[in-house]
Amino acid sequence: MIALLMRDLRLATRAGGGFGLGLAFFLIVCTLVPFGVGPQGGTLALIAPGILWVGALLACLLSLDRIFALDWEDGSLDLLATAPLPLEGAVLVKAAAHWITTGLPLVAAAPVFGILLHLPGAAQPWLVAALALGTPALSMLGAFGAALTVGLRRGGLLMSLLVLPLYVPTLIFGAEAVRRGAAGGDGTTPLVLLAGITMAVLAAIPFAAAGALRVNLR
Amino acid sequence: MEPLLSVRGLAVSRGGRRAVEGVDFTLSAGQALILRGPNGIGKTTLLRTVAGLQPPAAGQVEADPDAIAYAAHADGLKAALTVAENLEFWRLVFGGPPIAAAIQAMDLGALVQRPAAMLSAGQKRRLGLARLLVTGRRVWVLDEPTVSLDAGSVALFADAVRGHLAQGGAALMATHIDLGLPEAQVLDLGPFRAVGAPLRSRAPASFDEAFG
Repeated sequence: MIALLMRDLRLATRAGGGFGLGLAFFLIVCTLVPFGVGPQGGTLALIAPGILWVGALLACLLSLDRIFALDWEDGSLDLLATAPLPLEGAVLVKAAAHWITTGLPLVAAAPVFGILLHLPGAAQPWLVAALALGTPALSMLGAFGAALTVGLRRGGLLMSLLVLPLYVPTLIFGAEAVRRGAAGGDGTTPLVLLAGITMAVLAAIPFAAAGALRVNLR
Repeated sequence: MEPLLSVRGLAVSRGGRRAVEGVDFTLSAGQALILRGPNGIGKTTLLRTVAGLQPPAAGQVEADPDAIAYAAHADGLKAALTVAENLEFWRLVFGGPPIAAAIQAMDLGALVQRPAAMLSAGQKRRLGLARLLVTGRRVWVLDEPTVSLDAGSVALFADAVRGHLAQGGAALMATHIDLGLPEAQVLDLGPFRAVGAPLRSRAPASFDEAFG
């Protein structure tokens, strides 16, 4: 499993691997919004939690179709399915690699983007905590969507339609935690619910995704 | 001797249609079996079933699932990784023997540090076959193993298979050309064509159907 993780990370950082694409996309979204909404700090601060979360969702979505599609094309997925490593484990590892290359940079860079959007300083720790707890669920659910659509031509769009609705609970509680933090309140309750959603997703989805892969490999 | 792989009354279907049925064979240590048959009869589907990638439509495949190494048209190589990195990855996943012997057996020594993207089709194929050696598995299931290999490389491959058989392995191969393995048994799938299956599908829907 460690070998698979290291390979995926190495591939992501090599030429054409797409490492940092999600982060750059996130940066552009956060830069464009003030241009569109206008530079008034009050308005921006009001919508910042929502924008940051939606931006994170879309940045995550950007690289999802790579999770299995590339391995399917070059035959690696067939070989992984016949390897001693259980397919559920492979799914978990590939989702983890996706999170490390997409979610983790977002978490680390989020405070900078918060400043771009006039997010109050009090909300910054909540933003980082919410993203850190929520983005693993985004990668895992995305792996499920990618597993369902692997092998389909133009599967990327279909995958977005399948995956985005599944992101709704994470979005609601993640943005709510940041909003409460921005209002100077306590965001613990939505944060705990967010963590709960992520736990449930990490526990259940590898099995569903591996099942979908097995059907698609036939 | 306990067979490594035994197939009884196997029927496979592709796209909901029976391809071949009633296939029986066993493979023991040291044996090689070559499957032959016209395009589209279901050789690839049969091999994928034996490898456990899809369930049989009827009949049984008895084998230790951790004994089978599968190799198909696609070699499972990453273009951005070097030859050594590709091999080392599969060795770690399958827990097989060190990669040095496999590199030597497939004559890849001069290419070790080259990215897989820079290899020719035949060199990729040799790397894909070297991967079999580092899986350390006893039953090789090979689909058209010699596509795009030159005569010298086919001989290398035949030597590798012979070495594998001598070490108590077994090999099941689908191929159209002569592999230079006179000791291998040949099974023609023609007589096992499922009743009602078309003689030759008019428009193959996918790569697998076209080249199966």
